[in-house]
Amino acid sequence: MKIALVGNPNSGKTSVFNQLTGLNQKVGNFPGVTVDKKVGYLKHENVSHELIDLPGIYSLYPKTQDEEVVYDILRNPDHADYPDRILVVVDASNLERNLLLFTQVMDLGVPVTMALNMTDVADRKGLVIDTQKLSEVLGGIKIVPIIARTGEGMEVLMEEVIHDAPPVASEPFLGGEFDKGQFLIDNVDERKARVENRYKKIRQLLTFVLKQKPVSGSIVERHRKVDKFLTHPVFGYLVFLGVLLVIFQAIFAWAEWPMDLIDTLFLSASAWVQDALPPGVFTDLLAEGIIPGLGGVVIFIPQITLLFAFIFILEETGYMSRVVFILDRFMRPFGLNGRSVVPLISGVACAIPAIMATRTIDNWKERLITIMVTPLMSCSARLPVYTLLIALVVPDQYIGPFNLKGLVLLGLYLIGLVAALLAALVSKWIVKSQQKSFLVMELPLYKMPRWNNLVITLWEKVRLFVFDAGKVIFSISIILWVLASYGPGDRIEEAVSQIPKPTTEAEVPDYEKEVSSVALANSYIGIVGHAIEPAIRPLGYNWQIGIALITSFAAREVFVGSMATIYSIGEDFDSEETLIQRMRNETNRLTGEPVYTLASGLSLMIFYAFAMQCMSTLAIVLRETKNWKYPFIQLVYMTGLAYVAALITYQLLS
Amino acid sequence: MITLDSLEINQKVKVKSLVQNGLTSKLVDMGIYPGKDIHVAFRAPFGGPIAVDLDGYTLSLRREEASLVEVEL
Repeated sequence: MKIALVGNPNSGKTSVFNQLTGLNQKVGNFPGVTVDKKVGYLKHENVSHELIDLPGIYSLYPKTQDEEVVYDILRNPDHADYPDRILVVVDASNLERNLLLFTQVMDLGVPVTMALNMTDVADRKGLVIDTQKLSEVLGGIKIVPIIARTGEGMEVLMEEVIHDAPPVASEPFLGGEFDKGQFLIDNVDERKARVENRYKKIRQLLTFVLKQKPVSGSIVERHRKVDKFLTHPVFGYLVFLGVLLVIFQAIFAWAEWPMDLIDTLFLSASAWVQDALPPGVFTDLLAEGIIPGLGGVVIFIPQITLLFAFIFILEETGYMSRVVFILDRFMRPFGLNGRSVVPLISGVACAIPAIMATRTIDNWKERLITIMVTPLMSCSARLPVYTLLIALVVPDQYIGPFNLKGLVLLGLYLIGLVAALLAALVSKWIVKSQQKSFLVMELPLYKMPRWNNLVITLWEKVRLFVFDAGKVIFSISIILWVLASYGPGDRIEEAVSQIPKPTTEAEVPDYEKEVSSVALANSYIGIVGHAIEPAIRPLGYNWQIGIALITSFAAREVFVGSMATIYSIGEDFDSEETLIQRMRNETNRLTGEPVYTLASGLSLMIFYAFAMQCMSTLAIVLRETKNWKYPFIQLVYMTGLAYVAALITYQLLS
Repeated sequence: MITLDSLEINQKVKVKSLVQNGLTSKLVDMGIYPGKDIHVAFRAPFGGPIAVDLDGYTLSLRREEASLVEVEL
């Protein structure tokens, strides 16, 4: 049997779903859209029933993508997800608005049960609901009072939904609107008139079933006081800055060591495979292709987990909608809305969770623009590149009390933010949409997050990343590895045989480094790096940089490792100084001038600030937009922007 | 004509009518329909959205959205 779970956002629907199914759920996607489809399984007397968690909606007449999904299912009895029964979660503390959806669903003619949730909050608001009478006036439907957050009433609910066939309402609440999964009214204005009539009828009904007891120090008044503080012109923004500060401190402090640990683990796994297995193509593939490829996926998990833990807390407490409320005004001129703020800011840590977080933006145009511009925010993977290049070319000077190196770093972050906002502004004119931008948003009461919901949410996000985007990331890393390890014919072997063989034991490490350098230079990637040299020379780069640009397409921080390989420096932590020395001594073959000057160094930093040098981001953009077009456009426009900006930088400074 | 965006905070009014517009059907879905008691609870700074109270539930909407709602004292 298929049971659909329907309810308003903030009605506690997710808590009901988690309570009923526990971890026995799987997340997929509704076809064609990126709306999560969660299916859980309920076992009762050895029969398994499917519980489908439909997205939270306010009305059966769709205005958002989420509502569109529910609309498509419920008006089509032949749909694969068309339910046999519907369980509607109704927020008892906000009965009138919740009954709109309930009575619409009830009129569809599918057996329906009402889970009357948050009865404790209703109680604190002084609301007394006569459920007996409510059931009578709604045609005899079943009502189960519950408190999903604590699990109260869940067993009765389970029993009612699965066991007893819930009675269908004896007559529709409002006739002539729905008939057995058919929506009889198509005209928008007529639909609106119907909703108005429904509300008027609900209001009449509520005068019989709902009594307001006087309460001292109403919960609503107390929450309003918090609201006034959190949306204050000064304190509101200060609190938000403080929250951001805590989040970023935590991400940088807590994500680093698990990331280092993952790095070390995969490195030692590679080393172990190389020692334990006989040398050959298979061992190389495993040790240098597959294991690092998997590592490149797993390495993102700490940041994704932490960022989503914070986003979850902000959402669950109700604070997030206040942030949207006070920042919407500043985002609108750029074609974004208040909900774009958190993804954009998260982009400073990592674009991947940031782009995954755009799902809360229900306007597709604004969501797409946010996805397209978020990777311009300087993420943490750019930091090693910036650090190396700043150390290399920026002089250790002070401008007033400020260190020039620090100023350049700050400038790179600012330029990312400005570029993101400008790109949004441009996209605003390009992206077409019939959907009007609106911000009609409920500001829910504040509440404590439920930690078991947190575990389930994080598990979903990590799974989504690892199994969906992970496939693309893994495949591209293998391809890049093949291109960096093999060259046409025996070009690599020939080049390596030119290197003088080591005569003493002490010369072996140097020889090996030289070999990997020469091998990379003669691989397919090396050849491409040479080939693009004419194109990147106007930016102040040589073919060595060309190679690093291509290898670091896998991930920006690979730039440092590739530079080390090309300049035959071991990848030890202590050797950064020597890498800088080597790079400093590098001269242009034609002019004899140093390659890494302030002009070429800044040009390279600008390039990394703008270029889409991250296949993982492209993979997640594909996953979130379901269309190859968007990651492709993103790759082209960001690389183009990077090229032009780097060209201007170099030409102006040299 | 008095519209929702021009009210003082806590000024208690009733919704009179809504402009016919693709957006207003969203407002009706959210419980802003003719005859409903409504008041502005607080506002976002710098000309941002406003927050209205509908029977103890708080809804935020932009000012131009609020201007589509005609109210009577």
